[in-house]
Amino acid sequence: MTLLELDHLTVRRGECPVVDHVTLPVAAGECVGLIGPNGAGKTTLMRAALGLEPFSGTSSLAMLTAVERARTAAFLPQARQIAWPMDVETLVALGRVPHLPRGTAPGAVDRAAVDDALHRLGLDGFRQRIATQLSGGEQGRVLIARALAQQTPLLLADEPIAGLDPAQQIATMQVFAGLAQEGRAVIVSLHDLGLAARHCTRLILMHQGRLVADGTPNQVLTPELMAQVFGISIWRQDSPLGPVLQPMGVL
Amino acid sequence: MAVRTPLIIVLLSALTALFFLSVIIGPAGITMADTLRALLWGQGEAATLVMREIRLPRAILAVMVGASLGLAGAAMQGYLRNPLAEPGLIGVSGSAALGAVIVLQTGLAAVWWLALPFAALGGALASVLLILLLAGPRGSSLTLILAGIAISALAGAMTTLVLNLSPNPFAASEVVFWMMGSLSDRSFDHVWIALPFMIIGWILLLSLGRPLDVLTLGEDAAATMGVATGRTRLVLVLGIAACVGAATAVAGAIGFVGLVVPHILRPFVGARPSSLLWASALGGAVMVLAADLAVRLILPDRDLKLGVLMAIIGAPFFLHLIYKTRGEVR
Repeated sequence: MTLLELDHLTVRRGECPVVDHVTLPVAAGECVGLIGPNGAGKTTLMRAALGLEPFSGTSSLAMLTAVERARTAAFLPQARQIAWPMDVETLVALGRVPHLPRGTAPGAVDRAAVDDALHRLGLDGFRQRIATQLSGGEQGRVLIARALAQQTPLLLADEPIAGLDPAQQIATMQVFAGLAQEGRAVIVSLHDLGLAARHCTRLILMHQGRLVADGTPNQVLTPELMAQVFGISIWRQDSPLGPVLQPMGVL
Repeated sequence: MAVRTPLIIVLLSALTALFFLSVIIGPAGITMADTLRALLWGQGEAATLVMREIRLPRAILAVMVGASLGLAGAAMQGYLRNPLAEPGLIGVSGSAALGAVIVLQTGLAAVWWLALPFAALGGALASVLLILLLAGPRGSSLTLILAGIAISALAGAMTTLVLNLSPNPFAASEVVFWMMGSLSDRSFDHVWIALPFMIIGWILLLSLGRPLDVLTLGEDAAATMGVATGRTRLVLVLGIAACVGAATAVAGAIGFVGLVVPHILRPFVGARPSSLLWASALGGAVMVLAADLAVRLILPDRDLKLGVLMAIIGAPFFLHLIYKTRGEVR
């Protein structure tokens, strides 16, 4: 089942295309890693796909009404904003808002969704903590939990693991891979190619607004493409514990 | 969504007690029993007139004005995600007062009774639009305060210009009243002028609870959670203009209510913007009732202005808030 369909999606800043004719289907069960250098257009692609940015071409999500879209796709922006000193549980429960008709209080289903999201991110002990007093990485996990609590078929996450410690980076990628295995789909932008190789089912490589490569991690993480797009050399090996990829040097 | 029960009970009890005190305390020197008898069963004697035509509307106006200003402050802070945003402080009240002064000095207010509230509302509306235009949707502290200073200065300059050019010898005292803010010598006419606009403003702002909660996570997250951000902004602008415009039309510019009240109550509602709306409306009413009572008790013979007292209480609060948020100013 296709959860997202982009057709010749183009975003321009003045004359310059920041996202250039990207065509892309995303199906249920996929954990799609969105990689590319700074300024490649990853964030703009996600925002345009969600209808947050004017674009030409089509995006299946942007055609939905605001409420339908909120029940179809959750978005985790790159900027981690928590404006007020709310407790973690209340903040994560905000993810249930799209499912609550006006004036209704959260019910058992909503509480279960919040519990599940907190549990998946290992935040069970943080429920009553004030979110703004947590460390940056902990705040990042709280916001991921908020997006999970929305329980949408599709999740778009913009650099969710930036600033997390190694254990939490791996745990978070495993949460995303788990969602895909459950039949949902995740699009996650990230800069850690090693984690992308290990946890994503599919990678999309962007460069200067264009989609340069789209395929399995094996097909995309080739020395040639990495040299061409990132200007780096890589070391790759299939180990008994799965694929290992290490960026080695700047070309 | 609901305000925590103990808080709502505390606020409502304080409101009732202060309303009662506000009605029975005054310079006329009537005993407590007599005031209530005059209010409820009086038949046109002097005490009844004092109660029904002076003290009762004054107390009712204090509740209405306080609720409007507290609510407007909480809504504006929620939308801009900035605890320093306050309609009085950033020139909205000053602009509303300018509108009121213009229609009073030109005589328009005498020609059409709705001219006064509409002019104040127009002034408030123009300034809120300008603030949002200048500060942008994110409302960074720096641009917000700078925009507020500019708008306050402009409104103040225009108001003194009206005073400057007015041929009317009574203009000075009139204009001073609007700039200082007061609830003395108000009647039920003022209640009826302000109430319809305030009710509209209350309905608009209280409907924003959910969007404001979600905006805690930022504009992008809110938009992808089903919040119509453009509509939210429109409702906010109209609601604040209606509340602050109507409050200023009957009581002049009273600042700091919308700054101090949400700041005090925020910890008691778990910082939730939706709960803070209700709490700040009640808290604002409590604060203005208390301040108006204090004005009568501290200097009963000197007509201390309510807006002046609020500024004396509020300005140190503002300094404290700037000190607390100085690290976060972007």
